[in-house]
Formats: sequence, structure tokens, C-alpha cells
Amino acid sequence: MREIKYVEAINEALMEEMEKDPQVFIIGEEVSCAGGPFRATKGLFEKFGPDRVRDAPISESGFTGLAVGAAMAGLRPVAEIMYLDFITTAMDQVINQAAKVSFMSGKQIKAPVVIRAPYGIGTREAAQHSQSLEAWFAHTPGLKVVMPSTPCDAKGLLKTSIRDDDPVIFLENRLLYFKKGPVPREEYLIPLGQADIKRKGKDITVAAISNTVPKALEAAGMLSPEIDIEIIDPRTLVPLDIEKIVSSLEKTGRLLVLHEAPERCGFGAEIIRQVTEKAFDYLDVPPRVLGGLNVPIPFSPVLEDICVPSVEDIVKEIRDILQR
Amino acid sequence: MKKEMMLKALRTMYLIRMFEEHAKKMYKENLLAGSFMGALHTYIGEEAIAVGVSMWLKRDDYVFSTHRGHGHFIAKGGSLKKMLAELMGKETGCSSGKGGSMHLFDTEINFMGGNGIVGAGMPLATGAAYRARYLKTTQVSICYFGDGAASQGTFHESLNLASLWKLPVIFVCENNCYAVNTPVSETVCVKDVAQRASGYGMPGESVDGNRLLDVYAAAGRAVERARSGGGPTLLECKTYRIDPHCMVAGDTRKKEEIDKWKKRDPIQLMEKEILEENIAGAADFEKIKKGVAEDIKKAEQFALSSPLPDREKFKEAARR
Repeated sequence: MREIKYVEAINEALMEEMEKDPQVFIIGEEVSCAGGPFRATKGLFEKFGPDRVRDAPISESGFTGLAVGAAMAGLRPVAEIMYLDFITTAMDQVINQAAKVSFMSGKQIKAPVVIRAPYGIGTREAAQHSQSLEAWFAHTPGLKVVMPSTPCDAKGLLKTSIRDDDPVIFLENRLLYFKKGPVPREEYLIPLGQADIKRKGKDITVAAISNTVPKALEAAGMLSPEIDIEIIDPRTLVPLDIEKIVSSLEKTGRLLVLHEAPERCGFGAEIIRQVTEKAFDYLDVPPRVLGGLNVPIPFSPVLEDICVPSVEDIVKEIRDILQR
Repeated sequence: MKKEMMLKALRTMYLIRMFEEHAKKMYKENLLAGSFMGALHTYIGEEAIAVGVSMWLKRDDYVFSTHRGHGHFIAKGGSLKKMLAELMGKETGCSSGKGGSMHLFDTEINFMGGNGIVGAGMPLATGAAYRARYLKTTQVSICYFGDGAASQGTFHESLNLASLWKLPVIFVCENNCYAVNTPVSETVCVKDVAQRASGYGMPGESVDGNRLLDVYAAAGRAVERARSGGGPTLLECKTYRIDPHCMVAGDTRKKEEIDKWKKRDPIQLMEKEILEENIAGAADFEKIKKGVAEDIKKAEQFALSSPLPDREKFKEAARR
């Protein structure tokens, strides 16, 4: 199978959905000719023109709200937030408008908007350009939250998200942008709410979010054959496929959740909550979260790098859980 | 304006006024949201604005409203029954009991919701206008907002976008002199909100919001401009809120000021116009009001006899 980059997979998903459905349009900062700093929208302006690939001024509240309003009126916008951190200036439109309009209107009006944003630590851009904010959106009823970790997942999930009638927060990890992976040429969709077993194993269930997936896979290589880890990628936080995690626990009896967002009130806490309620009897040891430090992200690279779990941290944690 | 239209406009103004008075009565009797608070922001004194604007609107024109939206809803042709049922939190409400007074929605008339967040409707209305232009329809998008919202970031961002892309949106500022209890002179740095239009490259007009004919004329200009591809307008209608901000808010305004504005009641001004043109007389006004009272009574009967939402079903759906 051919291999393409994560960002190219995003680009293909956008291209295909815009070809298929004339109601789909893109709005964001520098989405046209510059193709965005990460080039996710490369080539789309040339193909679809300014009405469908709309450059917005720096006014997140204005243009995100415009996207929500256009969605309420029947279009299917894909709004790009240049860095997820900037979504803070548009939070009312996301939380109080997009997430609530379907509910408050008694389901008369939908808001089928996708808000996609590159996010995450590791590019030495410091505290206001490095956050993983998924927990905020997962905690807001009315939003769906998607975090793919591979090019294949990214493409299939973005296509589904665009076709979904609910507002979707689609988070693209920046460090994964240039990683290549197998992506089918033929059209395919991946449903929301379906986790993916990235590696089968028997000794411990590792639920890994986004950029922790490749780190977990590397850790698996280092631990094998002595310790055999099963890696489950939820792919979507809302809706969450907790059943797959529970089934895995029935086999392994041990759970480690990985994410880069700070540990306190991170999404790992939610997975542990559900697992404790639904699968307590399967657990042989207390479940754990290995996440980011509870600090703003510092600039100095030596400090930035220790703010999130490394491969070595993951190996160490797993050995500690298994006492081997 | 034709005679029939003037009488129709007056009837709608009566409808808004009498509905709001009735809603206040029901609120005090704990018939709306029960005995504990609940939102009720009356449109009394501002009727000429919603009516004057809505006379130009078609069914599929979009209206984005505010927390003070009953008048907008009625003027757009919203159902009294569904609105009152919504205020009572009933299953049959226009928002199935999920929205309440500040979140009336009705897709049959493209009433895209009141909003509890001041200024939040402006980007949304701009988005609906974006759709109209995108699909090349002749629809317009009306965004109502108050003097309090005119300094919200969304105001500035939305006007800029609407002007940049020549969108068919009309920003209708209902300047009723106060944001809750704060006078507009303390929140807006210019004399008229309409002055801000020039900063955003769009036409701005400031009219007497208590004179229906003035609102009607200015709204007509704005709607024509939008429909013909001429882009957005900022239309400021100066008015006054007769009641306090809402049923539970304190009111620090001076009685003399309120009384002064009561003498400029938009309904009385409209009645005067009609009398002066010999279109109708006082007896006709009473007849119309009688009809309105009957409509309100029917709406009340409907709302009172409607069921509340099923709690078990709601919990079940929420768990999934």
C-alpha cells in the first residue's frame, strides 16, 4: 500500500469531501494560497476558489462563529484554527453556540461544523502554542472530539467528521504531521466511536491518545518479548469506545492510559472513571494515567521535552506496574 | 405605507405588548419557570423595532435574536402557542422545553434562536448571510443586538467580515439606553452606535426606534441593499426599555426618565399616526385588542394543557 504523510492524508480528505459535497467550505487564517503554515489546505484554493476556501482575518471569534452560523443555515463548514491554543478567543462560539444550538432548539437546528486544529507540544513554541486541550471539549456535552494518530485514521475520520451532523473538534498532532503511513487509495470512512487495536498483547492494556501511540509502539518493541503490551488507540474521545478497552482488560487485568495533556483532569481520568465502574473486577492492579506535567509548557527544549511522557518513561511505568 | 399594512403593524405591536404583559402576570403567579427565578426579559416599549424590520422579511430570511427576543419572535410570525408553551418548559414548546425564554427557535420561519450570550448572534448571523451569498439566494440575515453588545469583540469582528465579503446581513442595534443598569454613555465611547459603521466600511443609520414609520423606512433601505448584493448595514434604533432588565433585576433608573419615555410609547405614536390619517378610530383599536386578547387566551390554554417533558426518557437519552 502507498504511504503518505498525515498532513497529506488530511489534505486528501478535504479535497475529496469538497469535491463530493458543494456545501463543504473551508475558512481559516491563511488557508488559501499559503496553504496554512502546515500546508494542510494546499492546492484547495486553486481548485475550489475563494468562496470555498476563505481566508479570514485574525478574528477567531468572528470566523468560527461565522462557520457555526453557516452550519446552522445548512452549509458544512470546516473551520481551521491555526494553533489549537488560539481557540480560546473563540470559546463562546464553540461552547455556548456550536455545542448547544441543537439541544436548545429541540433538535430543529443542527451545527454540522468541523473545527480542525493542529495542536501539541514539541515545536519549541512555548506555553501559548503547545497545549493539548481535548479535555475541555470532551467535557462539553454537544461536541464530538476526534484525535487520530495515523495518516490512515486521520483521513477516514476527517471524512466522517465532515459528514457528521454534530459539531466536531478535530485535533491534529503537529509532530505527527510529517510522519508517513499506509493509506488506501480507494475511498474509505472510519466511524466515530470505534477504537483501534494498534498492537495486540496480553500483559497490559495501554490506552494511548494521539502522539503517545507511536511512543507506546516503540516502548512495546523495547519491552518485548518479556512484556507483551496491547495498545488501544481510542481515536475518538467523544464518542468513546470504552467496550474495546474493557474487553482488553478482561484479558490483561492492567491499564495504563497515556496522553500528553496534563494529568490533572485530563481525559485519562475519564477513562479510569469508566473502567472502574464497568470493569473493576477485571483489574488486578490499580489503573494509572501517565500524562503531561501540570505546568505551562516552557520554552527551553531540555525542559519542554520532559513535560510529556517519553518512550523511556512509558517503559519504566509499565515495568513498574508489572513489577518486572 | 398602505392602510392595511399600518393596521397590521399596529396589531402586531399590540400582540407583543399584550403578550409580554400577560407573560409577566403568569411569571408572578409562578406559572412560567416555577417559583425560582427563570428568565423573562420583556420587549415593552421597543415594539416598533421588531415590527418595522420584520415587515420587510420573508419566511426564509434569517433572524438571530437576543435574550429579549419575544418581540422578534412574534414579529417574524412565530406561534404564540409554541412560545408560551416554551416559556412554561412544556414538551410542546418551540424548543421542546429545552431552550426557554432566551432560546426560542423555529425553523419554519428561520428564527435562528435567541441567545443568552450578549453579542454572540453577530458572527452567527454573518454566517447565515455567508450561506445566502454562497448559494446565491436573495435571503437576508437580521441580527438584533443591544447597546451592551456594541462593544463586544464579536461586534467588531462580525462587522469587519460582513463588510469585507459584502454579506447580506443587517445589524440592528436596539439601543434602549441601558445594559441592565449601566447607561450607554458609560459603555459606548461614541454618541451613536451607528457611527461605528464608517469604521467598518458600511452604511450606518440611526433612527427613532419608537416611530414605526422611521424604522420601517430605514429597514427597507437596508433590506433592499442586502438583497441586491449591496452588502451589510448597521441600523441603530434608539428606544427605551420600559420595564427593568428582567423580572429579578433591580432597577436604578430614575422614575422621571421612565415616565418621560412612557409619553413616547411607540404604540401610542402609531395609533396617533393612524388616527391622523383617518385610517381607523379608537373603537377599531379596541376591536383589534379584543382579537389579540383572544389569541393570547388560546395560547395560554394550549400551554397550560400541554405536557411537561418526560424526565425518564431525558435521563435515558442523556446516559447514552
